[in-house]
Amino acid sequence: MSEKLIFELGKSGRKGVSIPEDELKELKVEEILDKRLLREEDPSLPEVSEIEVIRHYTRLSQLNFCVDTHFYPLGSCTMKYNPRIAEKLASLKGFSTLHPYEPEELVQGALKIMFELGKFLCEIGGFDAITLQPSAGAHGELTGLLLIRAYHEHKGKKRTKVIIPDSAHGTNPASCTLAGYRAVEIKSGKDGCIDIDRLRGELDEETAAVMITNPNTLGLFEEKIAEIAELTHSVGALLYGDGANLNALMGISRPGDMGFDVLHFNLHKTFAAPHGGGGPGSGPVAVKKELEPFLPVPVIVERDGKYHLDYDRPLSIGKVKTFYGNFSVMIKAYIYIRMMGAEGLKRVSENAVLSARYVINKLKEVYDLPYDKPPMHEGVLSGKKFKEYGVKTLDIAKRLLDYGFHPPTIYFPLIVEEAIMIEPTETETKETLDAFIEAMLKIAKEAKENPQLLKEAPHTTPVRRLDEVKAAKEPILRWKKDKGES
Amino acid sequence: MVPKDLRYTSEHEWIRVENGIGTVGITSYAQEQLGDIVFVELPEVGREVKKMEGVAVVESVKAASDIYTPVSGKIVEVNEDLNSSPNLINEDPYGKGWLFKIELSKPEELEELLSAEEYERLITEG
Repeated sequence: MSEKLIFELGKSGRKGVSIPEDELKELKVEEILDKRLLREEDPSLPEVSEIEVIRHYTRLSQLNFCVDTHFYPLGSCTMKYNPRIAEKLASLKGFSTLHPYEPEELVQGALKIMFELGKFLCEIGGFDAITLQPSAGAHGELTGLLLIRAYHEHKGKKRTKVIIPDSAHGTNPASCTLAGYRAVEIKSGKDGCIDIDRLRGELDEETAAVMITNPNTLGLFEEKIAEIAELTHSVGALLYGDGANLNALMGISRPGDMGFDVLHFNLHKTFAAPHGGGGPGSGPVAVKKELEPFLPVPVIVERDGKYHLDYDRPLSIGKVKTFYGNFSVMIKAYIYIRMMGAEGLKRVSENAVLSARYVINKLKEVYDLPYDKPPMHEGVLSGKKFKEYGVKTLDIAKRLLDYGFHPPTIYFPLIVEEAIMIEPTETETKETLDAFIEAMLKIAKEAKENPQLLKEAPHTTPVRRLDEVKAAKEPILRWKKDKGES
Repeated sequence: MVPKDLRYTSEHEWIRVENGIGTVGITSYAQEQLGDIVFVELPEVGREVKKMEGVAVVESVKAASDIYTPVSGKIVEVNEDLNSSPNLINEDPYGKGWLFKIELSKPEELEELLSAEEYERLITEG
């Protein structure tokens, strides 16, 4: 049964708490404020008892479908378990009560954490300098592209376009447009990777950058990355790395060594900050030294054992976020990296890849694997063979909810028909992976024997199949008293 | 099935020309790929457009896609019914789900478009 809204609970006149009588001489609000400022009727507030409030919100919290309760193999999102200790330490008073305007000498510890985190990330990615300011991945993309723009303009060259493969995250072309560039899409090759000839055909003096995710969104490692970097640099363009898939690479291979000039990290994917639910996230951007002068101010620097916020950067693109970025997310990332160490981070990536290969390998006979190569940390199956039974990938995804699993990402990347994009991550046990595989195999059988079961799924969730068309066309965004019943 | 009497673009638009006026829509394959369509942004009547210029937007529960005009010319009519019933594109992509009508300024451009056979090959071989 679905839970009512708090406004629909309670009774007129019921109160949760009794406020003591005002001992001061009563002032009439009408005597203080002009009549036009006064509301004509009382505000429509919930009238509920304390226990009604407790039960309502406790029940709502139990309806949550989340990493804490369920396996969540949402491809491209890295929905892994985030160790609680990082959360606990980040909420220590010494961190949580800091004020951003405190003088440098009083916040040396906080500055040290940011400085060292930057060093660690540069080491993991193979870069020379970094900004921690951007508040998420797409914000990192925009910042990185603005750095590239500043670099070219400083050299006196106005370039106009950025080349992006058709498998890219949708944010990539959007960030290019925001940064004032024209996004030029190139079709992927038959192997799902960058088509070198098509890339060569588009590269010219107008190209500011080539924007690539490696491993790409099919979960495939771009094996020709060194050649791609060389070609890109040969026309004076820069190579931008979308670091969304870094969970596959840590301690094994460094984007900076592959030839990337700029890379953004998603601390909320790989580095212990919860992902989703509105953030906050963090999308630091690391660069090679040619781009360092353009980094947003302030840059955290160390001089004689002291840490400083350096604003003296005449070529800087300016600030991209209030103060220094989302500090609490940085603390969690710092703690995670210190806890795992170099060896631990390498094992994270090894196990993330192992988990994905295990799941994809077990499912590829029953579902199709259009780009049939061993994937990295995620793999993209296709549900197209079930179309003959009238079953779409959407139906498969909804049916998974009945088995207690969050569906994978579906219909992305766009180059795979009826895509099912699975990213199990390294934090799941083999038992969980096996249970998921078993559910997927059962659903494939159901699709043939009883397609209606899938088309009407989910059957066991608090809310059944939603009318997505109606939700998009006539969204109800706010509860209204007179329409409360609808 | 791909109707034989229409011409196509590689971006999945179709055009039917009668007396110098072309009617444009998206193919059945395109509507199937997009899924349930919830919103359509149509061009302004009277607007002069160039071949393969983005002139309309079709939004489905999955994605928003630009619609390109297969030929150059002037927009002379748009399918107002789509404003209230965008699902017509899903139900009848080659009929009631048409998007706009265009007065061709360069009829020779039609020759550059794909035939039904060529378009069918495009969608089956990818």
